[in-house]
Amino acid sequence: MLLFAIRRLLQAIPILLGVSLVVFGLVHIVPGNPIDMLMPPEASPEVIAQMKAAFGFDKPLYMQYLLWLMRAVQGNFGLSVFNATPVWGQLVDALGNTFILAILAAALGFSLGIVFGMVSALYHGRWPDKLFSAIATIGVSLPHYWCAIVLVLACAVLHDWLPAQGMGDDSLPLYERLQYLVLPVITLSLIPMGVIGRLVRATVLDIIGQDFVGALAAKGLTRWPVIRHIARNAAPPVLALMGLQFGYLLGGSILVETVFNWPGSGNLLNLAIFRRDIPVLQATILVLATFFVVLNLLVDIAQAAIDPRIRR
Amino acid sequence: MSAALRDPRDRGGPAQPLLRVDRLTKHFPVRGGLLNRQVATVQAVDDVSFSVRKGETLGIVGESGCGKSTTARLLMRLIQPDAGEVVFDGDEVGHRQGISVSDMRRQMQMVFQDSYSSLNPRMTMAESIAYAPRMHGLGRREAYERAENLLSRVGLNPLQYARRYPHELSGGQRQRVNIARALALEPRLVILDEAVAALDKSVEAQVLNLLSDLKDSFSLTYLFISHDLNVVEYMSDRVMVMYLGRVVEAGPVESIYRRPRHPYTRALFASKPTLDPDRRTTEMPLTGDPPNPINPPSGCRFRTRCGFAMPVCAASLPPLDVPFEDAADDSHVVACHVPAAQLGHRTGVRHG
Amino acid sequence: MSDLALDRQLVSRADTQAAPAPGYWTSVGQRLLRDKTTMAVTLVLFAILFITLGAPLVTHYDPYAGSVMARLKPIGTPGHWLGTDETGRDLWTRLCYGGRLSLLAAILPVTISLIVGGFLGILAGYAGGWTGTLIMRTMDVFYAFPSILLAIAICGLMGNGLANSIIALAVVFIPPMVRVSETVTTQARHLDFVEAARASGTTTLQIIRHHVLSNVLGPIMVYATSLISVSIILSAGLSFLGLGVTPPQAEWGLMLNSLRQAIYVQPSVAALPGLMIFVTSMCFNLMSDGVRSAMDVRLNK
Repeated sequence: MLLFAIRRLLQAIPILLGVSLVVFGLVHIVPGNPIDMLMPPEASPEVIAQMKAAFGFDKPLYMQYLLWLMRAVQGNFGLSVFNATPVWGQLVDALGNTFILAILAAALGFSLGIVFGMVSALYHGRWPDKLFSAIATIGVSLPHYWCAIVLVLACAVLHDWLPAQGMGDDSLPLYERLQYLVLPVITLSLIPMGVIGRLVRATVLDIIGQDFVGALAAKGLTRWPVIRHIARNAAPPVLALMGLQFGYLLGGSILVETVFNWPGSGNLLNLAIFRRDIPVLQATILVLATFFVVLNLLVDIAQAAIDPRIRR
Repeated sequence: MSAALRDPRDRGGPAQPLLRVDRLTKHFPVRGGLLNRQVATVQAVDDVSFSVRKGETLGIVGESGCGKSTTARLLMRLIQPDAGEVVFDGDEVGHRQGISVSDMRRQMQMVFQDSYSSLNPRMTMAESIAYAPRMHGLGRREAYERAENLLSRVGLNPLQYARRYPHELSGGQRQRVNIARALALEPRLVILDEAVAALDKSVEAQVLNLLSDLKDSFSLTYLFISHDLNVVEYMSDRVMVMYLGRVVEAGPVESIYRRPRHPYTRALFASKPTLDPDRRTTEMPLTGDPPNPINPPSGCRFRTRCGFAMPVCAASLPPLDVPFEDAADDSHVVACHVPAAQLGHRTGVRHG
Repeated sequence: MSDLALDRQLVSRADTQAAPAPGYWTSVGQRLLRDKTTMAVTLVLFAILFITLGAPLVTHYDPYAGSVMARLKPIGTPGHWLGTDETGRDLWTRLCYGGRLSLLAAILPVTISLIVGGFLGILAGYAGGWTGTLIMRTMDVFYAFPSILLAIAICGLMGNGLANSIIALAVVFIPPMVRVSETVTTQARHLDFVEAARASGTTTLQIIRHHVLSNVLGPIMVYATSLISVSIILSAGLSFLGLGVTPPQAEWGLMLNSLRQAIYVQPSVAALPGLMIFVTSMCFNLMSDGVRSAMDVRLNK
């Protein structure tokens, strides 16, 4: 078991290196000098040369990469080009806000998904199955940014029930601040709800079809204990997918955050793209991807701990 | 038997064995540990030597895991051997002066155990049979005619079966198609790897009779692999017994079945249930756990379950008592250190 | 497989005794035709395809011509049955013409990833060994990114525009495509009939063409179809962020963005482009589900 964990950890390292290469390399694929994009066109050559040296763009590419990487692992991503504040600080704040959304959306989406999936499977073929399967399919096919707009429309524009944007500022009481959470969390929870719901339904149906469930019923077990048995067997793949979905929530929140103007990492990413703020952009993508890799690693190890067949 | 010798592709005449296998070996690595290094070896086939005469049926018996199927796959070169040579009618397979693997495959074919998975579910019966001849250059019309002929030869009406799909046929019918497919390239040697194992008894009998008929009509030579002792006795002229990757005994079928010499062979036959009250079991049953193919016992691999084991058995691998190169085709050879074991004098069970 | 299909005619003679059983693909087609949901959804898709590709046939307006006085008219305005957008262009027209770019931006990346990813995956699955490991480990690096993030990273760092968004999405879809093809090919490779084909001395290329491909393409195509439904949402999302198509071109995601400000003035109009995205994506999703279950039937019924 420990051996598996260590082996998995070792496998993750080249992946992380690859990720950093991709993030670093994408900037330099763009034709043209990063500096030229930052400088106003009338800047003199000496100023440009100075800026180049300051940012280290005059060194050979592999040196730039190594320097950047070395600083990155220490948390030093430099200063934002836009407002000259340290990137790391901004990123941490933004990540925290996204984390709030992600946790709540995960909780809501996963619980709804599990309930819908179980009910669908247990009432297979009858109307609850059709209803909840349809809901799950809709959840997966819905463009969540559109859904966000529709929700804003319904709840903030047409009726004044909930605030449309932002996080609310610190002066407001907690109750009011919570209102800002409602719409973003609901929107973000749709996809996990659909994905988890579909997987739970398929897994539980699969388990019910297996002979041992019939054997349990023949033993005389009544409803609830059988359901507990089913749940325990359905847990591993569902838990794994939940881990992945949480990673997507963290890393893929940009669209929802843009609509709601929620100051999270996705919003930061959006702003950085439009301001051509390369340091912020690189840092955000690298950190989010690293999160995702680590999350995958933990999910794999957890799965191997539960299901010994995976350890090979 | 002489029909096999009239084959125009025959190169050495009746005295030359159709297939000669010399010290064939295949070890599979077992990986594990931190960096997936090799931590152990499965000695699937170890130093196996035998020969197959033209026109005969050589049976190979043994328990699951003894290496019979691996041997078959090594012969067909579906797996690459680690050591040893295979000589087909005088030509060494894979050797520049000998015969190439693809040429050998035109003269040697195989029928697998699982009749369903041996057939492409998306191809009709005729397409499956005609596939290999077409790939080797036969024209479409000729290939399909050959396929239909073969279908009727194996007892399936081509009008009914040529355009059917595997899932529409029963197991016995599918296995007939597999046999027809094996014969499509007009081979001289057919390996039957547990070909009837998955069939019901009545169907099995039909297929066995079919195989005997085909052997005569097409002048074939068979290598018949099975764990079913009765079937092997019925079909074979000579029999070879394998245990944990090695040959322990070989010889003519009557000699092996009436006067088995190796303790393992005797235990194997003794475990055959019989309804004949005059043939009660008097042999000592097999004792001990089946050993691990990954860590076989030192020396003779059967010694941990053998009632006759001696210290010498742990010290060295017993060779066949008559070396392979010197054996006459009808000799009954055995690989055992203890002459008393071969004659049946018991000394009690000793586990070493 | 077409030459093999021709061969069936060679085998036929006067065969009145037993009608040949339908082939695999025929039975798949029959099952599909009986599946009402899938048929309905396919009809909707055809309708969408018709109004987008045949846009000049269903509307006479110019998608780029707007009039300031006709800005943000509501649904049901005479002459503009779905209203107008923020610069006065007829919304129905914009939706129809916009569909062209939206569908292109969604389907082209999937097609590219099908060709590139499918090829790499089949190669990795059949060859195995070092080649396979190398390919799969490289794909793992791209798997480290959540899809949206990778698409945004590529577009954000390389610049916006339709071409870049197509490239970005193709890159996002290649790793899962490789993974699916590799899995299916590895399974097929170990099936007995492939071994039997190897034992019959035919070349690797012949085996792949006749035995492996026919058994592998099915699941791969189903997966590609399901990817299209994701691709529609992602490509529209990229345009929504301003990373894809640029104004004044018509495209559903872009329209969603530009109409966002209009929700305070004309809410119904603002929601329409998203409805198109949703319906199209949902239809592809259901269609791929239907095709998968039609292909997945246990053959030994």
